[in-house]
Amino acid sequence: MRNVIVLGVAQTKFTGPQQKTGVELFAEASSEAIAASRITPADIQALFLGNALGDFCEGQGMIQAFIAQNIGCPGIPANKYDGACASASMAVRDAFMWVASGQYDFVLAGGVERAATMGTPLATRTFAMFSDSRYEFPSGVTFPGVFAMLAHLYAKRYDVPLKLLKEQMATVSVQSYRHGMHNPKAQMQKEVTVEDVLSSFTVATPLQLHDCCPFSDGAAAIVLASEKAAEKLTDKPVYVIGAGQASAGPLAGQKDTLPRIYSRELSSKRAYEMAGIGPEDVDVCELHDCFSIASLIASESLGFFDYGTSGDAWMKGEADIGGKIAINPSGGLKSKGHPIGATGAAQVYEIVRQLREEVESERQVPGAKIGMTDTLGGDGGTLVNMIFKRGW
Amino acid sequence: MEYTLTFDEYNRALKKNRLLGLTCTKCSAVITPPVMICPACGAGDLEVKELSGRGVIQTFTVNFVAPLGRESEAPYTVVMVELDEGPWIMGNLVDVDPAVVNMDIIGKRVRMGETIGARVFPGDAYSAGDACRPLFQFEK
Ligand SMILES: [Zn+2]
Repeated sequence: MRNVIVLGVAQTKFTGPQQKTGVELFAEASSEAIAASRITPADIQALFLGNALGDFCEGQGMIQAFIAQNIGCPGIPANKYDGACASASMAVRDAFMWVASGQYDFVLAGGVERAATMGTPLATRTFAMFSDSRYEFPSGVTFPGVFAMLAHLYAKRYDVPLKLLKEQMATVSVQSYRHGMHNPKAQMQKEVTVEDVLSSFTVATPLQLHDCCPFSDGAAAIVLASEKAAEKLTDKPVYVIGAGQASAGPLAGQKDTLPRIYSRELSSKRAYEMAGIGPEDVDVCELHDCFSIASLIASESLGFFDYGTSGDAWMKGEADIGGKIAINPSGGLKSKGHPIGATGAAQVYEIVRQLREEVESERQVPGAKIGMTDTLGGDGGTLVNMIFKRGW
Repeated sequence: MEYTLTFDEYNRALKKNRLLGLTCTKCSAVITPPVMICPACGAGDLEVKELSGRGVIQTFTVNFVAPLGRESEAPYTVVMVELDEGPWIMGNLVDVDPAVVNMDIIGKRVRMGETIGARVFPGDAYSAGDACRPLFQFEK
């Protein structure tokens, strides 16, 4: 395997419903990423794109082919990935593999989604498609419903009183909103208090509005390159040093480990092993906080905190910048937004900029050398973890 | 290789309040909903087995925001039940007002209701037809 670096990265501002098409959104992000890489579209040899619901939101299937032509890369192989919310992470991981294998020197990877454009009822319906359609959706389970059930299970399994767990979850949201305040690309630019979270309306017990990420429109793109081909293009190479992926079946079929997400444990183990590091080596992590409880569950499965203790860690600031591990300095899905097909690439965007010390000073993790991304699709059906290292 | 228990067979049985699953002839694992290969041992020799429809509530949520087309169902209670035979299954808890459901129901024994209606989600523009789900009530 050859060394692979992330060269240029870009992200559109994540927003609520807006007028730009999926092609337009990704074209914006990719042209910026290509320019930042100091290459031209003609240098790009393949496109790997995450997009989960383009067909439902604007009637556009196979969007990757239209994008390739649109951004000045006609004729290249263009692949689309659907791993629900982890789609772009699958795209980045495969792009990494193709560059590492020696087949390509420059690959464009990323994702785009217009989830907010669908409106809440249709978006809720389509997100629920990432549950088992024939055996579980008939019960009326939704994406918040899945995490709501995990929250009750978490409280029971680890003997955390629900009232305390809700305060811990609110603390997670408050931290994410606070970081998002300083991220100009974030969808939410407001500060909330624990009281605001606990008084917002109930979506699915015990989750309230501010426990849940918004539906979002947006795109993110990155250029991956072989170390050799990029030699003269950057003096701040960020290496991809680990990548893992795993899958799982229906939620009820994961009974042996819930509320832990076993696919995440497999995926992160694969990433840590490839990188030759452990959780204690990670300085900053963008993890999949689609719901406040999801942050608690993820941080434990990734090995940052012991099972059942992460809520306490958040309340003590151990998951904040300056704590044991800086989690979601971007504002996370909660505050930055969650255009599902783009989310994983936006996590990579944040980690690369953190390692290059390019983010706003209020949310910069000082001296971060190793960063990790964690993206979950559906009920854990797809899980991707990637690890990045500062190369100078 | 033949698929031992199809969705259609499972769904038709559930409409008659019969819960079907599989047993693995090699490791004796009980499995539902159906799969091609035993997830416990990797064997493909499975037999259809009728399950009791009884078990213990493991977790739940009362859902207030329903998907498109199902708004009139909300609020409703989704439960995951550990069946006496081992597997967990998702369904609805129906003989309790969602407004009063709280964590006290975790650990309570339930059984599939015998005469409660509305078990079938009739399907929508995005479904391949109807699909039934278990409805649970507390064991008396
Ligand atoms: Zn078996």
